[in-house]
Amino acid sequence: MEGVAQLRRQLVDYLTSLFQEGFLDNQFTQLQQLQDESNPDFVVEVVNLFFEDSERLLNELTKALDQPSVDFKKVDSHVHQLKGSSSSIGAQRVQNVCIAFRNYCEEHNIEGCLNCLQQVKQEYSLVKNKLETLFKLEQQLLAAGGSVP
Amino acid sequence: MGSIATESQFHVLAVDDSLIERKLIERLLKTSSYQVTTVDSGSKALEFLGFHEDDQNYPNQPSVSPNNRQEMEVDLIITDYCMPGMTGYDLLKKIKESSSLRNIPVVIMSSENVRTRIRRCLEEGAEEFFLKPVQLSDVNRLRPHMMKAKYKDHQEPPKQQVEEKSEVEMSIQSQQEEDELPHEQHQQQPQAQGSSNNKRKALEEGLSPDRKRPRYSGLTVV
Repeated sequence: MEGVAQLRRQLVDYLTSLFQEGFLDNQFTQLQQLQDESNPDFVVEVVNLFFEDSERLLNELTKALDQPSVDFKKVDSHVHQLKGSSSSIGAQRVQNVCIAFRNYCEEHNIEGCLNCLQQVKQEYSLVKNKLETLFKLEQQLLAAGGSVP
Repeated sequence: MGSIATESQFHVLAVDDSLIERKLIERLLKTSSYQVTTVDSGSKALEFLGFHEDDQNYPNQPSVSPNNRQEMEVDLIITDYCMPGMTGYDLLKKIKESSSLRNIPVVIMSSENVRTRIRRCLEEGAEEFFLKPVQLSDVNRLRPHMMKAKYKDHQEPPKQQVEEKSEVEMSIQSQQEEDELPHEQHQQQPQAQGSSNNKRKALEEGLSPDRKRPRYSGLTVV
């Protein structure tokens, strides 16, 4: 069984790596700073909203790009929303793909859009895994009697 | 202590069609000890404010008290720009055209750093224009606007407002050329997470270097 100090270090190292690898940016730190004893689950709640919202948008995007005649305005609108929510939680890599994605929408470039859709799904899946792991580590630390840094 | 602000709680109405954004802005505002109401559209905001179309036609009705149509007094409205149906700009216009609502300070939020958009909103009477994601440092700028609106009948306007106004005029004039800010600025995501957010510095050229954010308050004197 790991000690509290070890769990804490593991958590800090993991979080640091997420920033270093560009999965998260400063906005995530802002979210953490808004969490306190009166709102202890704020980050998890917002991130869960992001998961729900993103999955819905990715489904809509898949459908929209699968149409015989693609409505690029609609596609752009979905990407705009995804860009906004990823930016709000600090999911930097997802946000960056969305920026490229919007450019392809503007150009009505279906191939570019399909590529971006695949990319954004990948990046979303990655950051989702990372965040879920992060929350798990936090839970372990709390269960062992430690406090989240 | 004699501080008026600590006795009364300011009430902010936040408007955004995104649930995540509403949750975020609510938390930011509550952290700053404001009372918060969130709605998901401009029309719901107007409904909450007790907006009536004929306010525009009959501006001076002494028999009608300004608050009798509002359920709760609102001290500031903060709204997203890009919303389906009524945009934040449309909402701003309606509020400024309403005799009962025009004195409520309005702040616009947007994820897009477009110069013409910012200028349009400020010219229409918005107090501030925040780039998303909104941060605590942005929310800290709200209190003076609410104080000014609440106590404007009891105080002379502070001298610094005049200085700010001419500074703003100068900075707007020196930036007539471009409509859209260069892509680098927009896409400049913080690579290292300690760096100050360059993307937040809309229309920074021409302003003094120690200013982190351009000051756009005071363009319209109500």
